[in-house]
Amino acid sequence: MSFDIWPGEVLGIVGESGSGKTTVLNCISARLEPTSGTVEYATRHDGPADIYRISEPARRLLMRTDWGFVHQNPQEGLRMEVSAGANIGERLMAVGARHYGNIRETATDWLDKVEMDTGRMDDLPLTFSGGMQQRLQIARNLVTAPRIVFMDEPTGNLDVSVQARLLDLLRGLVSDLGLAAVIVTHDLAVARLLSHRLLVMRRGEIVESGLTDQVLDDPQHPYSQLLVSSVLHP
Amino acid sequence: MTAAIRIEGLAKSFTLHNQGGVRLSVLAGFDLAVEPGECVALRGPSGIGKSTVLRCIYGNYRADGGRILVRHRGGTVDMAAAHPREILAVRSDTVGYVSQFLRVIPRVAAEDVVAEPLRNRGADPREARQAARGVLQSLNIPAALHRLAPATFSGGEQQRVNLARVFVADYPVLLLDEPTASLDRENRDAAIGLIREAVRRGTAIVGIFHDSEVRDAVATRTVPLSAAREAA
Repeated sequence: MSFDIWPGEVLGIVGESGSGKTTVLNCISARLEPTSGTVEYATRHDGPADIYRISEPARRLLMRTDWGFVHQNPQEGLRMEVSAGANIGERLMAVGARHYGNIRETATDWLDKVEMDTGRMDDLPLTFSGGMQQRLQIARNLVTAPRIVFMDEPTGNLDVSVQARLLDLLRGLVSDLGLAAVIVTHDLAVARLLSHRLLVMRRGEIVESGLTDQVLDDPQHPYSQLLVSSVLHP
Repeated sequence: MTAAIRIEGLAKSFTLHNQGGVRLSVLAGFDLAVEPGECVALRGPSGIGKSTVLRCIYGNYRADGGRILVRHRGGTVDMAAAHPREILAVRSDTVGYVSQFLRVIPRVAAEDVVAEPLRNRGADPREARQAARGVLQSLNIPAALHRLAPATFSGGEQQRVNLARVFVADYPVLLLDEPTASLDRENRDAAIGLIREAVRRGTAIVGIFHDSEVRDAVATRTVPLSAAREAA
């Protein structure tokens, strides 16, 4: 499969379980080397680079700074044994921040941006609800001002009441920061609200792609039509 | 080209793969040109393809054939062939679309829903919200409702939020699909007022107005749609 993601663009990947959505996300975020083909990233200073051919330290630096990865289960993306503030500060320190006061101030700022009580700064993530953990994971990812964020079912584990709030938050952050994002979801309503463009996957292949509302309102491929017509509307 | 919209030979059919592969031909060789300051009312029975025309212009439906030229930022974009990013740019700056349904994120306040088109263009959040409140007010949505999420609003109130979303942004082209369908007389008149004012400013409008009073009040021209030939 071949596709592009542009700066500031949110790309949704939809399809049923087992269609390969998460595998694609892992391959394009340097977490799983593809069997063949290339993944090129437009680096800030050195132009386009094949992310599996650059040096290990260069790749790690990209993953810590330019990229973010939001897991469906926040516990996979957080360090559960250190405080909320440390979870955010750690990513900053990885890019060279050393001044404790500044780090703490930035962490407070980000807790506020993701609408968390800044008084919970020194608490362990274990004491947070699922929705708060997910917001903390998002803050941890965005604190280094990445250019692209990969998200795997970011609202999948949350109650619907929390989901709506988080969707709004994500949408605001992505558009205010001009972030590019790739969002894997099986929820077409989430895809409609967050993504500009959509890829529909089935059995490891892209069967249809296009503007999100085009794909959802005027699906062309038999599988996309089936997917759209199978959604329950409460 | 002086027209704000020029449609040439638009064709659109739907193939229902999961219903026996039935193919419905809706539009075949449809032409239309709309100048700035014109409000064109599409007429014809239900199912003839009026909404399909609007959705094709907005890039929501993919045209099978023909061209849909929209004047945008001093140039011309063919919505039937444009890249998704171009379509999004046209929607941000040039073409506003009002459907009969309001589709928003739950729990987002009405004023933020309405301010969104301005925010997407990079407007200051406070100024955008202020402009939003002004338009909501002119459509008789009381200030007490501005901070509430429209999901709990009545059908008529939701419809007016939808209208406010396009009138806040002063688009050069508007597509209106039954914009007054669920409004009472007073609010219908408020909507008519906004539409007429937009036409006076030079906005090009294509609309579907089942209510003949509304149509007579806003349309500068009527275009009948005739049935495309059914293909097997």
